[in-house]
Amino acid sequence: MSYATSLYLTGAEIGLSLAGLVFLLVAAWGGPRSARMLTSLTVTALIVAAIFSAQLFEQATGEVAGRAFGDLYRAGAFGSFAKILIYLAAAAVLVVTPSFFEQRGAYRGEYPVLMLFNAVGMGMMVSATDLMTLYIGLEMSSIASYVLASFLRNDDRSAEAGLKYFVLGALASGIILYGVSLVYGFTGTTNYEGVRAAFAADFATGALFGVVFVLAGLAFKVSAVPFHMWTPDVYEGAPTPVTAFFASAPKVAAMGMLVRMAMDPFAGEVDSWRQIVIFAALASIVVGALGAIGQQNLKRLLAYSSINNVGFILIGLAAATPSGISGVMTYLAIYAAMVVGSFTALLMLRDPEGNNLETFADISGLSTRRPALAWSLLALMFSLAGIPPLFGFWGKFVVFQAAVQADLVALAAIGIAASVIGAFYYIKFIKVMFFDEPVREVEATSPMSHWVVLAICVAIISPLGYLLTIPLGEWTAQAAASFVAAM
Amino acid sequence: MIGIEHYIVVSAILFVLGVLGIFLNRKNIIVILMAIELILLSVNLQLVAFSAFLGDLVGQVFAMFVLTVAAAEAAVGLAILVIYFRGRGTIAVDDVDRLKG
Repeated sequence: MSYATSLYLTGAEIGLSLAGLVFLLVAAWGGPRSARMLTSLTVTALIVAAIFSAQLFEQATGEVAGRAFGDLYRAGAFGSFAKILIYLAAAAVLVVTPSFFEQRGAYRGEYPVLMLFNAVGMGMMVSATDLMTLYIGLEMSSIASYVLASFLRNDDRSAEAGLKYFVLGALASGIILYGVSLVYGFTGTTNYEGVRAAFAADFATGALFGVVFVLAGLAFKVSAVPFHMWTPDVYEGAPTPVTAFFASAPKVAAMGMLVRMAMDPFAGEVDSWRQIVIFAALASIVVGALGAIGQQNLKRLLAYSSINNVGFILIGLAAATPSGISGVMTYLAIYAAMVVGSFTALLMLRDPEGNNLETFADISGLSTRRPALAWSLLALMFSLAGIPPLFGFWGKFVVFQAAVQADLVALAAIGIAASVIGAFYYIKFIKVMFFDEPVREVEATSPMSHWVVLAICVAIISPLGYLLTIPLGEWTAQAAASFVAAM
Repeated sequence: MIGIEHYIVVSAILFVLGVLGIFLNRKNIIVILMAIELILLSVNLQLVAFSAFLGDLVGQVFAMFVLTVAAAEAAVGLAILVIYFRGRGTIAVDDVDRLKG
């Protein structure tokens, strides 16, 4: 493997890092005036990186082809597919970001730069095939996220969200790191393949501890129960565009990292981690559904919704089969579109003074004031609830199908039953928007950029999305095939 | 003779102290930052001990990366703490309660 090939395979991340460094200088010299321009440049850079990853995805024939830097890093089908989702989701969120901060006079050139470094970290997370690369990618993304959460410096809630996210995120990284050090000590290597081979030869108790610590830390990052408690606070307190970002791209990255961990180094120990994943999946679905009932703040409600959805995604992982992994990737792709769309719609809800509306009381009777927005939210909420014919149903369908094929019928049955509970609070949205009397004035217009992002997301989750099922199935199957050799 | 087990036990104790420092501490947030450092250092100790025991350099390289990340994390943590203090005028753990439900 030549050095040039390694550079080519890591091209998207290297390009984004270099762009980030240059943009940082521009932000330092240009001040707040450069913020808008840097946002456009960053969106362009992310889209270019996504196209580059798509090209690598085309060229990837199995994971072996994509090894870079002595197998520290793999740019195979799985990593490239996850990266396309991550970069596109980050770009979409960045498009709807500036007007929110400009309203508060707090938009600065550092914001897009932080997003860029965050995206680089997430790209590394999903491609890492060595515990060291994994840790660096994870921290690169996490540290940038802490700053983003507290970006609205003069707002108490934003600072508190940043603080809570920092403390619990750092704890989660510490737990992962402790597990990693145990795995390293008991296998003598940090390389995924080396770890798998060492586990196959001898699976010591100490190594089992390592696996459990790593999985617990990763559960923190994907906000699966019982490590979900930071999610509602951080989602509510962080500025809304940042929440939109947290709920989309980092979820894809953390889940991609978890899937690769489970299916590559720990693939021989499926029986050890499957029960943990099944417990986390069921608990997340139930806690996510029950916790959302009674919430008045929409961001907090969507935080519980994301916990709930993580549970469904983990059902696909619990199956531990190629169809389960392809189900996870399909779900993530649809979920990213739903979440970006929902938060874009939330960002468009403002009163005439420009304050964002974020409680149920604020959106009552929205259908009379902003019919197009209300109907878009209706489609997004029904899709999140998994009601056919919307595309959200397909994501749930593929993971449940995979679980049933893997003989986890009870798991699938409980999951389906719990998703009915979840439908309750999604439908409450509809009830409040369409059947309650309007109480608040709502601004009548929204920026064009928001409409474009919302229209794309709604088009994807509408029944038109089913046109995507065949290509999406092929791509995710190709991504999942990366691990077939490992199983 | 001090063997590898001793190192593992010491770093396990330090790790547990760090985690307890985060959860049991009711006083102030600086202590939480110190507890996070303690967790990272316990891991470093373990990595270096394993590295020496296995005769493999990777553990020490990893420990250098962890040190770098710990420095970045502490810097960001303190910065967030400063803006939090400016807004609220307190860093007591019990006062971090604007967001709940």
